[in-house]
Amino acid sequence: MKTLVYVEHDNAEMKDATLAVVTAASKLGEVHALVCGSGCAAVADQAAKVDGVSTVHLADDASLANQLAENVAPLVASLMESHDAFLAPATTTGKNIAPRVAALLDVMQISDILSVEDENTFTRPIYAGNAIATVQSSDAKKVITVRGTAFDKAAAEGGSAAVEGVTGAGESGLSTFVSEEIAKSERPELTSAKIIVSGGRALGSSEKFEEVITPLADKLGAGIGASRAAVDAGYVPNDYQVGQTGKIVAPEVYIAIGISGAIQHLAGMKDSKTIVAINKDEDAPIFQIADIGLVADLFDAVPELTGKV
Amino acid sequence: MKILVPVKRVIDYNVKPRVKSDGSGVDLANVKMSMNPFDEIAVEEAIRLKEAGKAEEIVAVSVGPAKAQETLRTALAMGADRAILVQTDDEVEPLAVAKILAKIAEEEAPKLIITGKQAIDDDSNQTGQMTAALLGWGQGTFANTVDVDGDAIEVKREIDGGLQTVKLSLPAVVTTDLRLNEPRYASLPNIMKAKKKPLDEKTPADYGVDTAPRLTTTNVSEPPVRQAGEKVEDVDALVAKLKAAGAI
Repeated sequence: MKTLVYVEHDNAEMKDATLAVVTAASKLGEVHALVCGSGCAAVADQAAKVDGVSTVHLADDASLANQLAENVAPLVASLMESHDAFLAPATTTGKNIAPRVAALLDVMQISDILSVEDENTFTRPIYAGNAIATVQSSDAKKVITVRGTAFDKAAAEGGSAAVEGVTGAGESGLSTFVSEEIAKSERPELTSAKIIVSGGRALGSSEKFEEVITPLADKLGAGIGASRAAVDAGYVPNDYQVGQTGKIVAPEVYIAIGISGAIQHLAGMKDSKTIVAINKDEDAPIFQIADIGLVADLFDAVPELTGKV
Repeated sequence: MKILVPVKRVIDYNVKPRVKSDGSGVDLANVKMSMNPFDEIAVEEAIRLKEAGKAEEIVAVSVGPAKAQETLRTALAMGADRAILVQTDDEVEPLAVAKILAKIAEEEAPKLIITGKQAIDDDSNQTGQMTAALLGWGQGTFANTVDVDGDAIEVKREIDGGLQTVKLSLPAVVTTDLRLNEPRYASLPNIMKAKKKPLDEKTPADYGVDTAPRLTTTNVSEPPVRQAGEKVEDVDALVAKLKAAGAI
């Protein structure tokens, strides 16, 4: 089977999410990578070095600068004439593009896979991760999104794939990019951070969130996450949200502070290696899955912890 | 402008799903069912556009069993004008739902389709994008804010790194994210009035759509259970544990 992996990038750097998709694709067969963007040759070079990638298709065109699904999907669909499976990371980019590709190919997409059982069979979470379904596809071509935390990352070095240019269909005329507000931060991204410090509604305000959570994260070199409740209350922006409908993370250490542990939050972080919970309420559901729990007032415990790590 | 709002009847979001012991699926017998929360946000957004004078008619659509009528009546009670139920007892996958919606869109000629970004049962996150592809329309997924301006719509989207704004020419498809709005509750008088609003009943065959599934679910199981660890007495013990685990 010949696979096509969608490379996640910002025209300058390949994102780590791509590496897990390469691992998933290599379980199906030969791995080709697709870099869609503008002025993104450096990304193609990075993709060519990923262990296991045999060919990189580079579509470098102004119409692809922002990877609008309307412009990218027809290109992917045409490349699928010579590939058997399209795999994209289950990021907002992948989730935006892949179903559009699937519909153009008349294929039923398999979303957010956790494992590859054989070339037609996959497991995926349903009901916010409360159940795991094993599904078998009868489509000749496969369109798949991959949950990054469920697969090991392929080595970023060691490959030497050839880079081939491909041409897209140009502007669809359906959509245009207006603007982007991307949080600029020195902090590790949530999906690749080794340690995550995450805050919940118990913080009470954006000032307190900043005052309590940020110093601990700084000290640990950690990424900062939040529960849906904290995001909805406006303490932090939406891109902080960890959970089934936000980001799915699996760091080495996840420190949940003032988070009660709603099912939808647990679905986004329960694969973390070590889970630490600090909460005043000893009956909070978060303690049922935490490796280390501390029942305490977070406003006392977290500054003390910050001082002692 | 006419707005089409596809809604799905799903397990209520407050109910913890139970996996059947024979691995055939999730037990839905005698379980409270409600409108998919993301679709509720879609209905609300359509009503707000109508209230702002930017839309004239809201048509709610559902593909599902006879009981999906209740879901459509909820949409009507919130403020949709009429409803279409495409009735089937089979499980219909997003691709087939998108094909039915595309056919309805061809008949109804809406300027906008607003639906939830995903349903909380199968978590596919596909139907909106697929419908847009089949119709050859633009798509504004994971909407945080929408702004209709003449023949175009600006959609501020929630993306992994922050927010992205795109401009789509109408007609277009928008899928909702959590923070687009807070849906209203239907008032009792509106619930009564909704019973008299028109609800058309159709079948997938009326639209010539083959709903035979492409995916077969061979097993549904409980996720691996994570065991609770231990509670520590104070911050010093927590730091010691973290160090012992090599975590810091």
